[in-house]
Amino acid sequence: MAAELKIVLQRVLIPVVMALVVGGIILLALGKDPLDYYGIVLQRSLLRSGGAQETVTRMAPLLLIAAGLIVAFRAGIWNLGGDGQFLLAAVASAALAPVLAADLPRALNLAVCMIVGALVGALWSVIPALLKARYGVNEIITTLMMSFLGTSLANVLIKLVLRDPDTTVPQTRSLGVDDRLPRLFGTTIHSGLVLAILAVILVHFMMTRTAFGLKLQVLGANRAAAVHAGLRVERLTIIAFALSAGFIGLAGAVEVLGVWGSVRADWNPALGLLVVPLVFLARFNGYAVIGITLFFSALTVGGESAARRVGVPQHYVLVLVALLLLFLALVEYRDQSRRKPSAAAT
Amino acid sequence: MRALFTEPFLVSLLFGAVTAGLPLLLAGLGEQISEKAGVLNIGLEGMMLIGAYTGFLATYRTGSFWFGFLAGGVGGMSAALIVLLLCIRKGLNQIVIGIAITVGAEGLTSLLHFVQFSRSYPRLAAAPIFAVPAFSRIPVLGRGLFSHNPLVYLSWALVGLLTWVFRSTYLGLSLEAAGNKPAALDAAGVDVVRTRSFAVLCTGFLAGLGGAYMANVGAGLFVPFMTGGAGVIGIVLAMLARGRPLWVLIGAALFGASLAMTTALQVAGIDVPTDVVQMLPFAVVMLVLVIFARHSMLPSALGTPYVRGGR
Repeated sequence: MAAELKIVLQRVLIPVVMALVVGGIILLALGKDPLDYYGIVLQRSLLRSGGAQETVTRMAPLLLIAAGLIVAFRAGIWNLGGDGQFLLAAVASAALAPVLAADLPRALNLAVCMIVGALVGALWSVIPALLKARYGVNEIITTLMMSFLGTSLANVLIKLVLRDPDTTVPQTRSLGVDDRLPRLFGTTIHSGLVLAILAVILVHFMMTRTAFGLKLQVLGANRAAAVHAGLRVERLTIIAFALSAGFIGLAGAVEVLGVWGSVRADWNPALGLLVVPLVFLARFNGYAVIGITLFFSALTVGGESAARRVGVPQHYVLVLVALLLLFLALVEYRDQSRRKPSAAAT
Repeated sequence: MRALFTEPFLVSLLFGAVTAGLPLLLAGLGEQISEKAGVLNIGLEGMMLIGAYTGFLATYRTGSFWFGFLAGGVGGMSAALIVLLLCIRKGLNQIVIGIAITVGAEGLTSLLHFVQFSRSYPRLAAAPIFAVPAFSRIPVLGRGLFSHNPLVYLSWALVGLLTWVFRSTYLGLSLEAAGNKPAALDAAGVDVVRTRSFAVLCTGFLAGLGGAYMANVGAGLFVPFMTGGAGVIGIVLAMLARGRPLWVLIGAALFGASLAMTTALQVAGIDVPTDVVQMLPFAVVMLVLVIFARHSMLPSALGTPYVRGGR
């Protein structure tokens, strides 16, 4: 156990420290004080209660998208169409929720809207899934195309069909604050977060501890082997796609029902692609994703405050994410090349 | 409908299609070289963005557009150097490093832009235009297609050059072998790592060049995140073209035309929601894929590092 802990610390802590140091050197080169910057980021994102609540709230959609990506990536399916799936689900639930709110009790309305969001997300993956399963068409192309299509379609729907006539900026009708996802214990954190954490843990359990998960992993490791093992590859591919896009759609619904209450035209947080590197950083591990999402969310929230205070743009956070990806990959490479000679000797 | 087919509308549509499509063409051709050699270059977007930044910086400081293009290409190549060192030589995961390059380029160029230009937002003078003699006097086509920056004609020539290189040169064969059967190339006495390294550096140069064109000629300024998915479209174009440069040109023209359509419609004074127009090229590509659904025929060793003697 102690040895395992040591390996984890070496593999995670060393890259994090290296990324922060190199990032700090970049800040120094630009004439900014890195310690001042990191201090403000830490204080504003985790140590103050308002900032900490914001940090945790922003984790909800990231975690749900991560859950979706873990299913797909472990099954060897590159679902890069998250943005379209997310936005269309967000628009669908935003259109439905204010209408149903008049007739349905709050809990039922929220549940219905979340299910609809997940279904719409899954629906947007059907064409890439079928093309991949039946004809082996590369899903990177198809999911990206569907994503661009979905983003534009969401805007068309808002501007032409679902537009709230009472607002000047095109947006959907707003869901009343009392009808949104309930907040937790008097904080600003909404209950979608609980759902998101459960989803990630559930996905991790499903992929590592169930027969179904094992089938998907076999599919991901070697498609030909999966065929030879008698797995129904076509069906598995379509199910993995639907699950993946369903979770991402759920993320869109939760973000609307928990935070915004409506969708404005041209709103696109582009989380679908943003979460991809985080999932890679976590090596497709559900528990690691929770930690990395917290780290990333804190950096974003703290970075936004620090941007105003220290004069470092908030996108500097992206430099840190990139450095972290590089150093994590390098440290893993060093471990592997060290282990190889000893394995050959035995 | 007749209002659509006036000369100003068609000229602005054609001119805009070429201007908007050129970065896609260059990046797509670059990605095609990498993919042929078996390297999936996900960092294309980042290479374009770095090229846009270094290209703009060079032209802004020196006033020379040619120097700016060169600097853009070199900027893109410097990002490709990371792929060369980590993915081709060390065999690290190409998707992870590619994402790192794109994310890092977004952050780094935003940071540098913020420090240098966020107060002034400088603009460049209009880029020099070379009107092709005789051709440029053809009505509509002349001003739409043959009155551009010289880089445009060079890029069109590159399509022909690459077709020839891929089809009938030793280099083209080596690239193809590095992507399909690297072990065979190695056995034939050609260095796989060197072939792939060359391919990736070409990709970086072309992507950076495309970014520099986007900043210097297309926009006349640099803004963070200005490539806005052009690199992603470049990757898709290269995958769809299956190793044929002409198809990258056709795809780039399609996407360029739909990007230009929105401005051209404004010129004609017609109010169509821009989002509907923007959906068109993606819908066309999906339709083509659904109708002609076939195996995408990518190089078989795409994305896998080559280890001599490995399985």
